[in-house]
Amino acid sequence: MLTLFGVFILSLLVITAVGIVRATNLFAAVMLAGLFSLQMAAMFFILDAADVALTEAAVGAGVATVLLLSGLALLDDAERQANRSRWLAVAVAVATTLLMVYATFEKPRFGDPQAPANLHVAPWYLENTPELVDIPNVVTAILATFRGYDTLGELFVIFTAGVGVLFVLAARRRDARFAQLPNADAQGLRHHLVPRVVGRLLVPFIVLFGLYVQFHADFGPGGGFQAGALVSAGLILYALLEGERAALAALSFRVLAGMIVTGALLFVGVGVAGVLMGSNFLDYSVLGSTPVAGQHVGILLVELGVGITVTGVLLTIFHAFAARASER
Amino acid sequence: MSLDLVSDVLSWVLLLAGGFFVFVGGVGALRMPDFYTRMHAAGITDTLGTILVLAGVIVQAGLSLATVKLLAIGVFLLLTSPTAAYALANAARLSGLRPEDGAGSPQGDD
Amino acid sequence: MAFLGLYNYWVFAALLMIGMYAVMSRPNLIKKLLGMSIFQSAVFLLYITMDKVEGGTAPILRAGVPDAIYSNPVPQVLILTAIVVGIATLALGLAIIVRIREEYGTIEEDEIRQADRQ
Repeated sequence: MLTLFGVFILSLLVITAVGIVRATNLFAAVMLAGLFSLQMAAMFFILDAADVALTEAAVGAGVATVLLLSGLALLDDAERQANRSRWLAVAVAVATTLLMVYATFEKPRFGDPQAPANLHVAPWYLENTPELVDIPNVVTAILATFRGYDTLGELFVIFTAGVGVLFVLAARRRDARFAQLPNADAQGLRHHLVPRVVGRLLVPFIVLFGLYVQFHADFGPGGGFQAGALVSAGLILYALLEGERAALAALSFRVLAGMIVTGALLFVGVGVAGVLMGSNFLDYSVLGSTPVAGQHVGILLVELGVGITVTGVLLTIFHAFAARASER
Repeated sequence: MSLDLVSDVLSWVLLLAGGFFVFVGGVGALRMPDFYTRMHAAGITDTLGTILVLAGVIVQAGLSLATVKLLAIGVFLLLTSPTAAYALANAARLSGLRPEDGAGSPQGDD
Repeated sequence: MAFLGLYNYWVFAALLMIGMYAVMSRPNLIKKLLGMSIFQSAVFLLYITMDKVEGGTAPILRAGVPDAIYSNPVPQVLILTAIVVGIATLALGLAIIVRIREEYGTIEEDEIRQADRQ
């Protein structure tokens, strides 16, 4: 029965992707992309990837749609109809698809426990997590401890993207321009009473849920990336409802830049603390009284660093777009 | 008539009814002539569909932590989805989209 | 029944090429960006498909059950970070597109190339 559901959602994915490519109105294309992400999250959950489903739903269907829409507010709404022939592109795409479909007949059977992907490191991680790290969520253990270097690298990629957006959109505000940003009584926001009331009710709960997801990474699906996306989604909701000026007065660009830097420093600091205590970089065993306790402390601090930086970067990107839109 | 059988039948009925109303909402969103009537049709999915489907699953879950979580999801959805529908309709109204009457011509501003 | 297992991979191939086609053939920069994000999501689907073990559940260890079967956690870790990195690069691409629009007045690639040639 679950297979039938999976087949249904996969077909819907292909239809939605074709819809995105063919939609002339860019607003419709962006909304279809949000729909695509939500279907992808459902598919991930069917394939037993709970953490990934949570991340895709929070990031892809939530924050990505908002960022694309806030960018689209600065651009044209419609795609111009191309007038040159596209048969070569179609032919190349179809030929490559058929080639890949031919290759899939060589793949190991779906779900085979003896497939090469499931053989080498994965059983080792599943067996050794209880004694080395002692937390139930194996994905968090691998992300924060066994493959901590990768996570450090990914964190710096996100950091660089945030810094890059700030460079490109030049988001230093001088005070005179700051005063011109619309506040909650400006024309567009005055009429939206019901969303503002409901939004003010919900924002604390969204942020609370984000913090819950952050600190329960050990026991269930969760972690820094998802928590960062959820908290920033709540704060973006606040910015949408109360206006740019109120949101930037609450969390200015300086505070957000501080958040981005603090998270990255926290992660690297935990690694350096390992070195200062006489062991390797990013070795958490020396941070506590026993190795397992040290692992717990290390994972907590590292996930916190990731969560803070992701929140800061997503909020910075949103405010960089929104403040630019308001000053036109 | 064991309790299992009763709860199974009840949850089947609730889930099928919820599915039917979601389907009705989808058909309405496609076939209605005007933006506001389409929003009205899609609103059924937000409220009646959500309540029935969640009630069907709650009957299956019995008295456990899962029921509390499902109730929390229900409260959240009932708060946010109608608000989103209202925000859409309000935004359309504010940007000047006018509802049509049965004869197909735009009505005056009220 | 083997067909149903292969369907995941066929959908991956289809989505990959739909995304690639959008990047190759549409001159509008936003469409290219959306096509790239479809391409990325197809790759995520491939990795997560490979992690499913039949009869398994999500890899969250349950204390009382000694030999439960779990799905492979390693691809999930890789894709988790890849999703957030994907959206960060999407945002950076969007910022560049906004600047291009402000400088050239258009976001259609052939018009930009013509403006460059002059």
